[in-house]
Amino acid sequence: MLLIPCPHCGIRPEIEFRYAGEAHVARPAEPAALNDRDWAEYLYMRSNPRGLHYERWRHVHGCARYFNAVRHTLSDRIVATYKAGDPRPHGDALLAALNPVDVRR
Amino acid sequence: MLQSPVSRFSFLALARNALSGHQSWPEQWRSPEPKAAYDVVIVGGGGHGLATAYYLASQHGITNVAVLEKNWLGGGNTGRNTTIIRSNYLWDESAAIYEHALKLWEGLSRELNYNVMYSPRGVMMLAHTVHDIQVFKRHIHANRLNGIDNEWLTPEGARAFCPPLNISGNMRYPVLGAALQRRGGTARHDAVAWGYARGADAHGVDIIQNCEVTGIRRGADGAVTAVETTRGTIGARKIGVVAAGHTSVIMAMAGVRMPLESYPLQALVSEPVKPVFPCVVMSNTIHAYISQSDKGELVIGAGTDAYVSYSQTGGLHIATHTVDAISELFPMFRRMKMLRNWGGIVDVTPDRSPIMGLTPVKGLYVNCGWGTGGFKATPGSGHVFAATVARDEPHPYVAPFTLERFRTGRLIDEAAAAAVAH
Repeated sequence: MLLIPCPHCGIRPEIEFRYAGEAHVARPAEPAALNDRDWAEYLYMRSNPRGLHYERWRHVHGCARYFNAVRHTLSDRIVATYKAGDPRPHGDALLAALNPVDVRR
Repeated sequence: MLQSPVSRFSFLALARNALSGHQSWPEQWRSPEPKAAYDVVIVGGGGHGLATAYYLASQHGITNVAVLEKNWLGGGNTGRNTTIIRSNYLWDESAAIYEHALKLWEGLSRELNYNVMYSPRGVMMLAHTVHDIQVFKRHIHANRLNGIDNEWLTPEGARAFCPPLNISGNMRYPVLGAALQRRGGTARHDAVAWGYARGADAHGVDIIQNCEVTGIRRGADGAVTAVETTRGTIGARKIGVVAAGHTSVIMAMAGVRMPLESYPLQALVSEPVKPVFPCVVMSNTIHAYISQSDKGELVIGAGTDAYVSYSQTGGLHIATHTVDAISELFPMFRRMKMLRNWGGIVDVTPDRSPIMGLTPVKGLYVNCGWGTGGFKATPGSGHVFAATVARDEPHPYVAPFTLERFRTGRLIDEAAAAAVAH
């Protein structure tokens, strides 16, 4: 079970949270102007990286607020969390802070 | 080497090798160095990839084929799943492909001259709510219209088919009935990979293990020309990506974004015991599925973890939740000891149906998105994907499952049939 540092409440066990998918997938500003390919991109295409993943979580059994996390998908180690609306932290600095064991292969 | 690797298994061969103390069995497939180039390179040496190579060679005469596997054959999801086979999917498109696979399972051991231990012991899916009953009955009617066997059982009928089942009504979610597909069952997962590998090798396919693809090269016209691997660059006129949970990673090498998310799906096995469990039982609602292997272990499927991951492991609370459900459904298993649990990385699509066919890149084909239930489709998937790669056009069973459906909106929603809680 993951230990997740909620930016509002501190470190809590995973079962208090609900995963909410990839972060920074912005709803198109002008939906009516979109063609089918752009809709498919927004609705369905996901980066699904083997590496750092920017994702949303909701502390549903705590403060009930959404926030963002950066997690390495090989080790599942969460390297940063930040409030919704904050800019995404830069990946290279986060990777440098990771233990090499967490990112092998 | 006393015999060629393609020697057939037979009673005579068994007797001859018994007399020599079983010391002279040949290797079942070669381990060649990669050639400079192939007509078709299959990325991924699991069941689906090996089946694709086998049918390319045996049905379409394309034998200049390599299967590249980054670890060992069948070491990914092929070796990590719970080996359940069934074809009781709702929509016509799904019924066609899964039933095609089930029919191939029925003759597969003979086709491959390799015992895949297909055992049609029946797959029973339990209903615990009124909604379950309505959904399962709808599936049963849809299946029967498609010529697929599926029948409704009362709780008493379910217990008659599977005597360990608790139908007493003292459960949080009592058993209200069940849908039974008698032709469903299990097969030996390793044997499927090995049988297809042996068959493909006998037709001249090169099976190259410990060879990870690190890049896809494309020519001036955009078509694929080669794959870069940890064992050098290998030329390829066509590339078939059959990489399950790692499909997004491979496709990104060709600049193609996929509607996939990869999740850990867990399974566990108990200590081995004498035969006590006659069939496969699945429960979507309280989430557990279980069968007993021929070795005697209970093989138990758990759910997916909530988050995208490539870790091939998952949280213990997921497995614990499933064991809770098993203990309630089958009280006789409450004191069984579990020996091992593990995770496989499953590539899940938005509509829980696979993606097969051509891609926007010329010469690049993809077969992925089988999510939590790919094992059952192995022969059918390989068969129709091989036809698609060979003819450069989707096989009729493949056509509804192309990547294009996410643009056109013609999704094939099998969330109810996929069984695993997502």
